[in-house]
Amino acid sequence: MPYNWFDRNLKWIYVLPAVAFVLVMMLFPILYTVRISFYEWSMSAITPPKWVGLDNYAALLKESRFWHAAGSTLYFTVVALAVEVVLGVAIALLLSREFRGKNLVKTVFLLPMVATPVAMGLVWLLIYEPTIGAANLMLKAIGLKPMLWLGSPAQAIPSLIIVDVWQWTPMISLIVMAGLATIPREPYEAADVDGAGRWKKFASITLPLLRPTILVAAMLRLIDVLKTFDIIYATTQGGPDLATETLNIYGYVLGFQYFKLGMASSLLVLFFALVMGLTLVMIWMRKRMEAQYD
Amino acid sequence: MTKRNKTARLIMGVLTAAVLLAFAFPFLWMLLASFKTQSQIMSTGQLFAFKPTTHNYASVFEEYDFLGYILNSLVVGLGSTVLALLLGLPAAYAIARHHLHKLGLVILVARIIPGITFLIPWFILFSKIKLVDTYTALILSHMLVGLPFIIWIMISFFEALPKEIEEAGLIDGCTHHQVFMRVILPISGPGVITSSLLSFIFSWNNFMFSIILSGDKTKPLPVAVFNFMSYSEINWGALMAAACVITLPVLVIALLAQRYVVNGLAAGAVKG
Repeated sequence: MPYNWFDRNLKWIYVLPAVAFVLVMMLFPILYTVRISFYEWSMSAITPPKWVGLDNYAALLKESRFWHAAGSTLYFTVVALAVEVVLGVAIALLLSREFRGKNLVKTVFLLPMVATPVAMGLVWLLIYEPTIGAANLMLKAIGLKPMLWLGSPAQAIPSLIIVDVWQWTPMISLIVMAGLATIPREPYEAADVDGAGRWKKFASITLPLLRPTILVAAMLRLIDVLKTFDIIYATTQGGPDLATETLNIYGYVLGFQYFKLGMASSLLVLFFALVMGLTLVMIWMRKRMEAQYD
Repeated sequence: MTKRNKTARLIMGVLTAAVLLAFAFPFLWMLLASFKTQSQIMSTGQLFAFKPTTHNYASVFEEYDFLGYILNSLVVGLGSTVLALLLGLPAAYAIARHHLHKLGLVILVARIIPGITFLIPWFILFSKIKLVDTYTALILSHMLVGLPFIIWIMISFFEALPKEIEEAGLIDGCTHHQVFMRVILPISGPGVITSSLLSFIFSWNNFMFSIILSGDKTKPLPVAVFNFMSYSEINWGALMAAACVITLPVLVIALLAQRYVVNGLAAGAVKG
């Protein structure tokens, strides 16, 4: 026996503390959330938690505020994701050629992703300020009418989408640029021989070869856009008139402003199921696509 | 033909400059406003030309004790990063070398699940054991964000190391543990830097966990800056100075370690 017990079981000794930590910090809370979603509980010392079965879920599904939050989440997610993917790929193509100052551009591109979201929320609050904000100054400069931006229920979500696009399009671009770097030269040379134009080369070579990369980037953004919290909470806190109240914000409000812990938990269970479900669908799509190319 | 190429190049150049400006603009605006007085911000006549004042920064540090909040953020950021490295590095190594990718997936789930799902149970539990408003609660919660990133970045890093290095160490009579400590870790600098920087940045920026689990004694910067906003009328200059103070450290880190951060974000992303 060359090694002692410690060395023979080393891989478990290495991996188990991390797994144990994650399970305790994550699995326990999830199970606990599921459990309290069946209780009516307001965190007060006088009234103890009361078992109500599926009542919280039923009440939630009957609420228009819940459906409104679900709709806002969907609206925000779908539009932000679509814009970020299209714009991200376009910018990646723009920046992938060689030019002077490329590193500077890439550096600036990195900043929105790492900057503190709450601080950026406040900056955008100033930019969107209707009387002194830069957004309206620009609109006026090009002869358009000023808008209310975050102050108007109809314009609030589009305004937040602009912030999300500003912050996270660079992420898609960086991933796509990494993908572009791995595309082989040969198909383009063959296309040149065939006399294919720029657009034709893009549509029939670049885009198909990039598709798996784009899908990975989109999947990653999808998971995170759904969970957007900091920017929304720091700028509108769900307002005006609940216009920007997504499921994430509503869950927070139910739990930590109304202290309806049971109801909040049932909402979070549904939200959790939604995010996991969509993630699994995306993983399945990716697998299917990989199989197609093999 | 050359003329057409020239025009095309010009259009590309203008587009690139426009993209650059659009993404840099909010930072520029924040920086400018942080040196303006309230009335300069209110009057749209002095957008770029104005007499700068450092009054906003003085008030942020003198009236609102931002040094204390910076210290809180540092303690939590460094604490959660060091502890996540301690758990994450050996775990990533074991997962990479022994192909325990199923276990790796368990850890990755922490990256997918909405953080708010943990928050109610944590809050109840931490209240019961009197940990709300302690560094412990904040460090533990921030570790759950940093750890998956550290593990996933380090798995690909360790997998890329040639196996011969370890075999040489074993032949020299090291145990597996000694190989990891004396051979693998010393050559893993770039990976460790990348993953620690990202873990620290995530902790520094974290708002949702901090707003619930911190209190007067442990309030980190994002929560302080956010609360700062609710003092009656918005003092834009001071608010922008506060935003600069909180953003500056992460921007400096990102600029100094640009390559690492890009690689890390991309690796964490692609593996995600």
